[in-house]
Amino acid sequence: MTWSATARGAHQPDNTAFTQQRLPAWQPLLSASIALPLFFCAGLAFIGLGLGLFYSSNGIKELKYDYTGNPGTGNCSACALADQDRAPPLRCSCAWYFSLRELFPGPVYLYYELTNFYQNNRRYSVSRDDTQLSGLASALRHPANECAPYQRRASGLPIAPCGAIANSLFNDSFSLWHQRQPGGPYVEVPLDRTGIAWWTDCHVKFRNPPLVNGSLALAFQGTAPPPNWPRPVYELSPDPNNTGFINQDFVVWMRTAALPTFRKLYARIRQGNYSTGLPRGAYLVNITYNYPVRAFGGHKLIVFSNISWMGGKNPFLGIAYLVVGSLCIIMGFVMLVVYIRYQDQNDEDEDAE
Amino acid sequence: MTVPKEMPEKWARAGAPPSWSRKKPSWGTEEERRARANDREYNEKFQYASNCIKTSKYNILTFLPVNLFEQFQEVANTYFLFLLILQLIPQVSSLSWFTTIVPLVLVLAITAVKDATDDYFRHKSDNQVNNRQSQVLIRGSLQQEPWMNVCVGDIIKLENNQFVAADLLLLSSSEPHGLCYIETAELDGETNMKVRQAIPVTSELRDISRLAKFDGEVVCEPPNNKLDRFSGTLYWKESKFPLSNQNMLLRGCVLRNTEWCFGLVVFAGPDTKLMQNSGRTKFKRTSIDRLMNTLVLWIFGFLVCMGVILAIGNAIWEHEVGTRFQAYLPWDEAVDSAFFSGFLSFWSYIIILNTVVPISLYVRFCAQVSVRPSCLPPGGGGLPRRPVRVGPVRGSLPEPDLLSPCSVEVIRLGHSYFINWDKKMFCAKKRTPAEARTTTLSEELGQVEYVFSDKTGTLTQNVMAFSKCSVSGRSYGDVLDVLGHKAELGERPEPVDFSSNPLADKQFVFWDSSLLQAVKTGDPHAHEFFRLLSLCHTVMSEEKTEGELYYKAQSPDEGALVTAARNFGFVFRARTPQTITVHEMGTAVTYQLLAILDFNNVRKRMSVIVRNPEGRIRLYCKGADTILLDRLHPSPQELLSTTTDHLNEYAGEGLRTLVLAYKDLDEEYYGGWAQRRLQASLAQDSREDRLASVYEEVESDMVLLGATAIEDKLQQGVPETIALLTLANIKIWVLTGDKQETAVNIGYSCKMLTDDMAEVFIVTGHTVLEVREELRKAREKMLDSPHAVGNGFTCPEKRSSAKLPSVLEAVAGEYALVINGHSLAHALEADMELEFLETACACRAVICCRVTPLQKAQVVELVKKHKKAVTLAIGDGANDVSMIKTAHIGVGISGQEGIQAVLASDYSFSQFKFLQRLLLVHGRWSYLRMCKFLCYFFYKNFAFTMVHFWFGFFCGFSAQTVYDQYFITLYNIVYTSLPVLAMGVFDQDVPEQRSMEYPKLYEPGQLNLLFNKREFFICIAQGIYTSVLVFFIPYGVLAEATRGDGSQLADYQSFAVTVATSLVIVVSVQIGLDTGYWTAINHFFIWGSLAVYFAILFAMHSNGLFDMFPNQFRFVGNAQNTLAQPTVWLTITLTTAVCVMPVVAFRFLKLSLKPDLSDTVRYSQLVRKKQKAQHRCLRRVGRTSSRRSGYAFSHQEGFGELIMSGKNMRLSSLALAGFGARSGSGWLEGLRRKKSDSAGSPSAGPPKPLRG
Repeated sequence: MTWSATARGAHQPDNTAFTQQRLPAWQPLLSASIALPLFFCAGLAFIGLGLGLFYSSNGIKELKYDYTGNPGTGNCSACALADQDRAPPLRCSCAWYFSLRELFPGPVYLYYELTNFYQNNRRYSVSRDDTQLSGLASALRHPANECAPYQRRASGLPIAPCGAIANSLFNDSFSLWHQRQPGGPYVEVPLDRTGIAWWTDCHVKFRNPPLVNGSLALAFQGTAPPPNWPRPVYELSPDPNNTGFINQDFVVWMRTAALPTFRKLYARIRQGNYSTGLPRGAYLVNITYNYPVRAFGGHKLIVFSNISWMGGKNPFLGIAYLVVGSLCIIMGFVMLVVYIRYQDQNDEDEDAE
Repeated sequence: MTVPKEMPEKWARAGAPPSWSRKKPSWGTEEERRARANDREYNEKFQYASNCIKTSKYNILTFLPVNLFEQFQEVANTYFLFLLILQLIPQVSSLSWFTTIVPLVLVLAITAVKDATDDYFRHKSDNQVNNRQSQVLIRGSLQQEPWMNVCVGDIIKLENNQFVAADLLLLSSSEPHGLCYIETAELDGETNMKVRQAIPVTSELRDISRLAKFDGEVVCEPPNNKLDRFSGTLYWKESKFPLSNQNMLLRGCVLRNTEWCFGLVVFAGPDTKLMQNSGRTKFKRTSIDRLMNTLVLWIFGFLVCMGVILAIGNAIWEHEVGTRFQAYLPWDEAVDSAFFSGFLSFWSYIIILNTVVPISLYVRFCAQVSVRPSCLPPGGGGLPRRPVRVGPVRGSLPEPDLLSPCSVEVIRLGHSYFINWDKKMFCAKKRTPAEARTTTLSEELGQVEYVFSDKTGTLTQNVMAFSKCSVSGRSYGDVLDVLGHKAELGERPEPVDFSSNPLADKQFVFWDSSLLQAVKTGDPHAHEFFRLLSLCHTVMSEEKTEGELYYKAQSPDEGALVTAARNFGFVFRARTPQTITVHEMGTAVTYQLLAILDFNNVRKRMSVIVRNPEGRIRLYCKGADTILLDRLHPSPQELLSTTTDHLNEYAGEGLRTLVLAYKDLDEEYYGGWAQRRLQASLAQDSREDRLASVYEEVESDMVLLGATAIEDKLQQGVPETIALLTLANIKIWVLTGDKQETAVNIGYSCKMLTDDMAEVFIVTGHTVLEVREELRKAREKMLDSPHAVGNGFTCPEKRSSAKLPSVLEAVAGEYALVINGHSLAHALEADMELEFLETACACRAVICCRVTPLQKAQVVELVKKHKKAVTLAIGDGANDVSMIKTAHIGVGISGQEGIQAVLASDYSFSQFKFLQRLLLVHGRWSYLRMCKFLCYFFYKNFAFTMVHFWFGFFCGFSAQTVYDQYFITLYNIVYTSLPVLAMGVFDQDVPEQRSMEYPKLYEPGQLNLLFNKREFFICIAQGIYTSVLVFFIPYGVLAEATRGDGSQLADYQSFAVTVATSLVIVVSVQIGLDTGYWTAINHFFIWGSLAVYFAILFAMHSNGLFDMFPNQFRFVGNAQNTLAQPTVWLTITLTTAVCVMPVVAFRFLKLSLKPDLSDTVRYSQLVRKKQKAQHRCLRRVGRTSSRRSGYAFSHQEGFGELIMSGKNMRLSSLALAGFGARSGSGWLEGLRRKKSDSAGSPSAGPPKPLRG
């Protein structure tokens, strides 16, 4: 790039700090007085935080059960066999018995965990229509192309909710029973199935289409449920505030996971006698086994867990903080040694001269 | 000028010149041009271009298609388009189309707007120029016509101060003899007035009626771009008349001091010489540009590799898992096999990983139009003149600059502005600021290794003072004291008093009054001497009021000589084409000027033939001694030898000499000679050669009159600058057209050569063998010397291990090489050039004298080609243009000799001493900034992009992006661009004074240490390291984490926000670490970028945008939900710490264990600032500053001498050794050994480390 000559008689350049490159500036130099304290302070802070995180994570109880039903792993294998041939799921159920020797402190959360399930596959995660899910009536009957092949039924009816994510909605269900005394009757533990999704998801992102004559079913008239679904979307739950697109199980499922192994919140146990946790005793989880995962080598697990101030059990964070903190301290010492030796040498040079 | 009375041959066919049938074929190139005056029908047959010029490229309709077509000729834009097309394929598209189209449209739009504005102004100026009014003679009357309607063959009338509308043959003018004066500043930049003359037959056509009947026909050469040549013939009334450039008025000139003139249009519009000269500009590229091109290709290869790996991964995954996962995720209809899926995945990954290729933001920034001449006249022949920033003429498109990212251009633009704004490079006397005429080279200024300098006007002031003269064997001009001894400087007596001469120039100073005495007493030799000086020249005089004379001289030498004659009583008063009026000792004498045998580079002399009032014809000649002494009459041998002695003495003092001689001609001989000359000048082919031989014939057997010596004053600060540049390891070669003695003398006076040098080799051989032998001897001497001199610096191990060239490079003794033009011609031949180069490069100073402009360019080319070093050429005159254009960087001194050099240059300023600031301050900073910028640029792109690669292993290689698509779109444009730009523009490591004090700070640039392939790989490695941590730490944490309300944290959107936020924070901290100079602007950009990131994040995730476009803003509510989690912040903190801490530790250790010189300087400054009070440090500081004092006061006089005496040299070698001693790594050592050869001096002893 060239510009024409300003040539002779030009004005003298402005004498400003900017044009003369004399802007006042902070010129940090990585001197020992900055670097060494930085490393030691950071190291100590990290170790402190790491200890806190480690112990709070250790204090968290977690109880897991793999109910995939691979042969010889409990009584779900019968159900699992049934899904081998991919017939429409039978109403198969199985159970997991466990007992607690002491109180499982509350609030207790019930999760299901899937492994080897690629919710983060690009083709999977784009296969949805958020316009439809936000309750826009026009989009309801015109699902986006991304939903293909779950955009329309063979009959031409639009699918609501469309897309592979919705179609693959996890549909096992669990109920928890508690036997207070040995040999006594099993009492159902109330599971709170609400409030498991983000507030913004249930109230902003997912909305039911406007009711027609006060009926959600009429609003969905002219649409078909996804092929895998036995029921239409407006029958997901009898509770009118928890059905349709704003059904919490559905909303939770639609918030796709980042990694192929993930858990999703199923319910919280915080009602009645169980608000402080699960008391000691024998328990039974009754599982309605609908969801086939063995075809692609996946596993299904039930997880009970409680949480602390920093969330659920997470040993990684605490250990990582401890390691990094220690490394900082070690590095700080190395730097200190180097610095001192260098200083000494410098002084000797000084004296020698 | 003589009028051809009777033409030797007449034309049988009246008015019909030969080869009638040779018309200009409409398709081919024109072979010759014919234009008949006042005959439009005849001229129309040839379909010559009209006078309408069009420099614009587009009109409203063609703008969009043509401009887009041009833009898509660039690789970067096409690449973008290709990506865009890929993204439109649904099976491939892994990103929304707008992530690509936003930058693409941005780039295209910016460029288009710029092109459109440029073109609009071109349209405007075209219109303005085309509609200028001119008076055209149509059917016997003058009519006002716009310029564009002027045709070849028209006669137009020009009035004073008007622009010439087309290339005209001057027919007649208001002045006597058909003279007219023009100013050619628009054309070649020279501001002095030039005279043009109509040929005598047409100069009588002064009224319209006669002009209307004029039907002469011009036959001449086809349009070309040679501004100083024209050959043609006018056929009129059955006679023919030769035409030369002297008869032409070229478009772009302005008529001055002439009431009116008439001209015949010969070339119009695009055929004019002015337009023919506006060629395409070739842009120079910096070495970093070239390196970048390689790197971009490598990165591209890397991208393809990653794509292949991931595609294979995808094929395997689809085969192993994907097929069985089809119940939940069926394959696309188009996809029938895992292999095909892998193939598609390859393209998907190319899309999302393409941000790694820094092609992402490329703007064709240098599309700025400039007018630079395309032609380089063959060296040596005459003055190559170059057109200038002509108002109307803008029109050339540079070749597209393939790989220059927008931001790089912005940074260079900033650096160029800093150069323009620099007050310390502003010359108050001439009121000229430094000017960066090219904005694409700034960082190369920090890598210069060889400086090629012109002497005259560059090292010297080009202010010529008549200093001494030798008149018939007696030398005048020595400054004598009362007793008649040569006086020392400073005790000069009063200068000679010229007050008795009313016409004397007050500024002229001469110290020897005996010369004036000689003139006054009527010494005939002295009279003839000054008569010659007052007659034999091409100076124009101007006398505004009686007695106030102004001379306008082409060369300052001539001005000085004529002024001297004026003061000694031979006042050149006025000239007409055929007379010269001189006031000789108070009486006006008018000489008839018969001929001017003009100066050129081959003849190296000029003569005039005049007839004095008594009728005697005499030839006066002045010229270079070598030429003239051979053509003298041999009789007075004694005079010849004394004059030769005087000449040698003058040359020894560094004065420029000319020899003066005369010759009497008798009328008869002159008559015959004039005929021969006329014939020669009418010749159609090789006119120049024939004229030269005719001239040669008459300029022989001349009588010696004497010699003149002119002092060429050194510019201010030249020795200091040269000393400083030498300390910075920059080798300075002086290439001058001057003679050897003068050149060597100037070499001594500017301290390039010193008496301490072991030897100055002088190569003056005339044959190939002699030159080869002399070069060989020089090399042998240099190789032997370390032992002979006992220099302890070169140790034997080094010598045995290194190869011969590097041995030569390591020669520690100080040598210099002087070579003259003859020998250089041999030395530059293909089989000897390497030998020459090797010898020359081992020398500390090289002076090439008597070189032609072409040889200057060849020498530069030689070094450029074989040394792979950055070269800089600096010069001021037309003879330096070729060298300036050849070197990597051309610098023009905007001095006295016209501005051709400036026009061809990349940088210009008015004093040689500013070179040190340009290189050591601006160049060094530019290089540093650019390198830091590039390192960071690659780092941040790799850190950003490689995350996708790692994620590929966890998402089934499905080309799922880790980030939100908006983040991908904005990351490069918004979140990370401004802080690094601010660093690239404002960063400084050490203050400007320090880079002058420690010239060694310049060395990293020459060794290319700050950005090379190794540094590139380090940046890439750091980027990849960062990407690994930025991905895997959130992965490790979030895999099992839950939110405070118990729900899962590892959903895709939260993960994306966590990773993106970590990345932005990590790269912001990194730019904070890299920024060494935090101005308010840096603060604003760095903090601002972070703030903008969070602002945009929350805006994008807001309910409002989701309600409007639910499918575009899917991340609704994500920011507040995710960033409210302490776990997320703990993750971000951890990631930042792990990414940054090693860098901090590494930098600290490097600073302690092997600091750069710049680190040391900074550190010592810090110490100085902080601990002033402590005695111990005071002592240290005191010593440090004394150690520096040599440089600190370098601006004072005597510094150069101090350095060259070797006392000061020890300091610099200490500084170097100190910083070399701790850099233990071998390659660095090797490099340094190669480069830092002659810094050590014998007395230095074992190097002691210097620690700040």
